[in-house]
Amino acid sequence: MHRDFREETERKVEPAVTEAVKKRSMMEVEMIVNGVSRRLLVDPFESLLYTLRERLNLTGTKEGCDQGTCGACTVLLDDVPVLSCLTPVARCSSRRVTTIEGLAENGELHPVQKHMVETGGIQCGFCTPGMVMTAVAFLREKPRPDEREIREAISGNLCRCTGYAKIVEAISRAAEEMQS
Amino acid sequence: MTRVVGKGIPYIDARKKATGQAMFADDYKFPNMLYVKFLRSPHPHARIVSIDTSRAEAHPGVRAVAIGRDLPLGFGVLPVSPDETAMAVEKVRYAGEIVAAVAGETEEAALEGVRLVEVRYEPIRAFLEPEDSLTECAPEEQIHEHCKNGTNIHKIASLRFNDPEAALEEAPHVRTLKFRFAGVTHAFTEPMATVATWNEDDGLVVISATQVPHYLHRTLSKILGLPLHRIRVIKPALGGGFGGKSDPFPHELITAHLAMKTGRPVKCRFSREEVFLNNHGRHPTDMTISVGCDDDGKIQALNADIVIDGGAFGSFGVVTTYYNGVLLQGPYRIDRFGFRTRRVYTNKPQCGAMRGHGAVNPRYAMEVTLDVLAHDLRIDPCDLRLGNFLPSNTLTVGQLRITSNGVKDCLLAVRERSDWDRRYGKLPFGRGLGVACGFYISGSALPIIWNRYPQTVVHLKLDFDGGVVVYSGASDIGQGSDTVLAQVVAETLGLPLERVHVKAADTRHTPVDLGSYSSRVTFMVGNAALKAAEKMKAEISRAVAREKKVPEDTIMFTNGRVVSEDGGLDLSWDDGVEIALAGRGALATSGWYISPKLGGDFKGAGAGLSPSYSFGAFISEVEVNPATGHVRVVKVWGAHDCGRALNPKAVEGQIEGCIHMGLGQALSEEMRYNAGHLLNSNFTDYRIPTALDTPEMDITIVESNDPEGPFGAKEAGEGPIHPVLPSIGNAVFDAVGVRMYELPITPDKVLAALKARKNAEQEQVS
Repeated sequence: MHRDFREETERKVEPAVTEAVKKRSMMEVEMIVNGVSRRLLVDPFESLLYTLRERLNLTGTKEGCDQGTCGACTVLLDDVPVLSCLTPVARCSSRRVTTIEGLAENGELHPVQKHMVETGGIQCGFCTPGMVMTAVAFLREKPRPDEREIREAISGNLCRCTGYAKIVEAISRAAEEMQS
Repeated sequence: MTRVVGKGIPYIDARKKATGQAMFADDYKFPNMLYVKFLRSPHPHARIVSIDTSRAEAHPGVRAVAIGRDLPLGFGVLPVSPDETAMAVEKVRYAGEIVAAVAGETEEAALEGVRLVEVRYEPIRAFLEPEDSLTECAPEEQIHEHCKNGTNIHKIASLRFNDPEAALEEAPHVRTLKFRFAGVTHAFTEPMATVATWNEDDGLVVISATQVPHYLHRTLSKILGLPLHRIRVIKPALGGGFGGKSDPFPHELITAHLAMKTGRPVKCRFSREEVFLNNHGRHPTDMTISVGCDDDGKIQALNADIVIDGGAFGSFGVVTTYYNGVLLQGPYRIDRFGFRTRRVYTNKPQCGAMRGHGAVNPRYAMEVTLDVLAHDLRIDPCDLRLGNFLPSNTLTVGQLRITSNGVKDCLLAVRERSDWDRRYGKLPFGRGLGVACGFYISGSALPIIWNRYPQTVVHLKLDFDGGVVVYSGASDIGQGSDTVLAQVVAETLGLPLERVHVKAADTRHTPVDLGSYSSRVTFMVGNAALKAAEKMKAEISRAVAREKKVPEDTIMFTNGRVVSEDGGLDLSWDDGVEIALAGRGALATSGWYISPKLGGDFKGAGAGLSPSYSFGAFISEVEVNPATGHVRVVKVWGAHDCGRALNPKAVEGQIEGCIHMGLGQALSEEMRYNAGHLLNSNFTDYRIPTALDTPEMDITIVESNDPEGPFGAKEAGEGPIHPVLPSIGNAVFDAVGVRMYELPITPDKVLAALKARKNAEQEQVS
């Protein structure tokens, strides 16, 4: 399935984007990133991942493949997990972006983060940010998941260290804690 | 009773990684930084006729261009095979080899510059299959000039003890089987990245995703012509290695060179495709193995002939060549033993060390052959193995010294936990169980670079804040080595973990360690840390004994306190520190590890020597769909003898990771080429197991308490992978009655085997 990137950009977004694309000029986007409003000049073709890492220095979000195959770059766009490497930032105007840096509140880890730490779901830690963001969104949709559902939810996030066992356990424990 | 060691505590850097604060190489950024991109060869084997960089250099965004003759010296991780250069000099040896590098103001400018470099090639005959590399060729076709007899054979290793050929003639039961293994790669999640800076004050600083800062340090010095003390290599947080970040790499040398040339920081980061092209993964292997045994299933002899496909360069290949043979000497007693391994060069990305280095494929062959023999003799495969295990405290036929050995306990544990005796051979068609065992080194007893230094040194520093800093060159690559070192030191000094800080893998500040490979860190660096902590304890004890007038040998460090056995002395750690530091202000101690002298005095005796060996036994249960040929691993029971689990959670994590990686190689992973071009350099086409593919795991840790390991510990990071693959292969046989002699076990191979069996049965009937 091949989608024409430019066509879709032109079809679905506001005229300012279309104009920037045509002129190949920079454009302005305004996003709420981790609760803070950010107004930025971006290339209309750049990915949300690039904007986060290179323009906002939010390097917690990782680039594992830049092809949408590993899940390491997963962030939440209006609470929905997206692969930021495949998401044009031009389409994020006026939207809320949550990254791994924006998850802990007042220094208190989100239950998914906390249990990832405690169960040993983190080894090298490179897949962790994407894995955590996927799990956080999943538990909002499905607060009482069984093991199979957890495995399905994270099946787009590759981990090469853990064999997923302790990650599944961590998500399951986080679900329990969030229930109580 | 230990307080910190033996506890399944979280990694000391886990919180940082959970919040996105851990800095990986690609997360470093410096003002005025340039980006480097590479031009790679489109030909598997070709002479470089000319390179024209003038148009690239004229591009407004390009700051520097480098080509092969700028860095012409040869290097390689092993001093015996310095057969690689930073960029191709006169010819290219694989499709993907770096030919030129461009540093630009932006990644786009660098890429634009790469497009403007003009290279003319003259293709040469490409050697793509190992069998083609075994025979003589025209001198101008040779991949490397140094290969003997006009072939492309890189290395031949052969050892023979007690005439195994004759023993196989005499043995009542012999099986000779051929196996074939596809190449696989590490597929760590973090692509390589390197950032280099250069100025007169600091010299060259290289931050790189490496498992072995020390080898990179040495190689930079040699290739760039800088003294070691002008170079600083830093390993930041590292996103997985598995052996794939243990060689010094061309991109690291080029990035450093361009930083020196431009005087500006330079960053290099690989695309996923480049990670695959860099490879250094497990060698594709062809193997013939003969095993003979008596009527009771007692092994009498083993002989193996192995060809491994090394790709374009040497890497760790000489070691791999030996390991393929010598690591068949256990965990069974085999008194008449022989092998020959030939490593050949081909025009493909090079192979090197990958988790379980050198022993994974031969282990599969051995364990499947034992299963076949057990079936021939109608002996339970577990019983056959139990009758052949090496004991503790023994020498193998090639004089590997076995100390602690928990293999029997491992096998008994998985046998019981999987309900093997009730279920093996009795499950319905399509469902099966398979068993396999393995063993592995806890670090190589001989260093790669021969010198009189220890294999590792650890410094401890204590000053007025009462915190202890551990300085170690050991590289935490996600396996948790920083945590284990903190645990060892905290335990010895009776401190809570928060009092111990680890500063690791920064060559300007940390003493030499030979790196995170060959499963050496817990054993060797753990021992060095233990020794340094014992010395620190002795220094503090001496000072406290003198001041408080108590006998020095009654002082203990426990629970964050300094106490005497009779309770007469009871000081807080901080008070003890104050006494120890009076008049001197700070205290530093060092510990180191040198492997004992081991092994025989024949050529090749050093290969496979280790101060200690881990052991393991695994059972897998599979479901095979006879209509589609699809194999699903339902559950794996794994038992591993790691001596003593300093951090059981970390040990479990290593075993679980081994199951994942073993499963991938067994069922789905394969580097596929067409005419020398890698076809599947992405995660869609190179399929590592997802959370849905990875089975339920039941882990048992067996603690045999090694006499020389720190607190009894030995390795856990690599040994557990060996039994995984053959336990799956053997389970497929139990499920549907066909033997899988080629990996990966893809559905088409299962279907072909089922069809062949059916045809054979029909022929028998007619």
